[in-house]
Amino acid sequence: MMGSTIDPVDALLLHRLHGDFPLSERPFDDVARELELSESEVLDRLGALLDSGMLTRFGPLYQHERAGGAFVLAAMQVPEARFDAVAAMVNELAEVAHNYRREHRFNMWFVIACACPDLADTTCRRIEQLTGLTVFAFPKEKEFFVELRLAVE
Amino acid sequence: MLSAFDRRLVAATQEGLPIVRRPYDAIGAELGVSAESVRERFAGMLREGLVRRIGAVPNPYRLGYVANGMTVWDVDDALVDAIGEKVGALACVSHCYRRPRRLPEWPYNLFAMVHGRSRAEAERAALQIHCLIGDACRSHDILYSSRVLKQPGLRPPADPTIAVVPRNTASK
Repeated sequence: MMGSTIDPVDALLLHRLHGDFPLSERPFDDVARELELSESEVLDRLGALLDSGMLTRFGPLYQHERAGGAFVLAAMQVPEARFDAVAAMVNELAEVAHNYRREHRFNMWFVIACACPDLADTTCRRIEQLTGLTVFAFPKEKEFFVELRLAVE
Repeated sequence: MLSAFDRRLVAATQEGLPIVRRPYDAIGAELGVSAESVRERFAGMLREGLVRRIGAVPNPYRLGYVANGMTVWDVDDALVDAIGEKVGALACVSHCYRRPRRLPEWPYNLFAMVHGRSRAEAERAALQIHCLIGDACRSHDILYSSRVLKQPGLRPPADPTIAVVPRNTASK
């Protein structure tokens, strides 16, 4: 599943669709013209890229903090024997957006997405109650750069 | 803050744009407004920074970027902001933030994500960051992700094989 090679036309499309999506009546048609493809081909390929998991999303990327929301990175040190059970409890919560296992004493890292910072705190406390483990919250204090842009070839 | 209309627009596009010929018409129809109002509001949100961009979010793993490293650095507080700007500007860094330390367990205050096709490539990126921080770096570490436990748009996998929820294409 990893390291799959990408079709050159898909790579071209991914490159074009990174940003600057037209705010026009038929934006996919505009993109298709730029790339000398047909609108149907763009729609089909984009749908397939989403279905296959090559893309996790296509659409507006909101800056949630500016919209009053809160995104908080948090980590726990989970005993190995309980790892899967704790992961299930954490993932169950709708407020948990992402969760990754990382190779470290702090082996579980998740992002809590809430409408406001208070709710994010409440969610951290709730996870502590559910799991009996300490949640270390790392709210962002300053953002220097955010843009995942990968060379596709 | 978001207006009531903004909130409806965010809710309607939570899963992304519909992958159809006239996506703004489709959203407008759902919200009972014209495509024009949808497009104008997106343009406004882009100007105001409420929307960072309209586009595709790749899955690094599936594009061959299997080494996903969170590099973390303990940087002198007096210098961290100036250094953070420079680290964030490196091409190999996708996200860069200042975050609080949690002493004694966690001494690091600067976080920078790097993505490599191999760990060697991720290590090279970390080395580049290290060179940039120089003497202001007291200690550092790199935390590789070994499993995606939950990701938006993806079903949390029972095993490391990432299962995918079909989405975005229902109304095509």
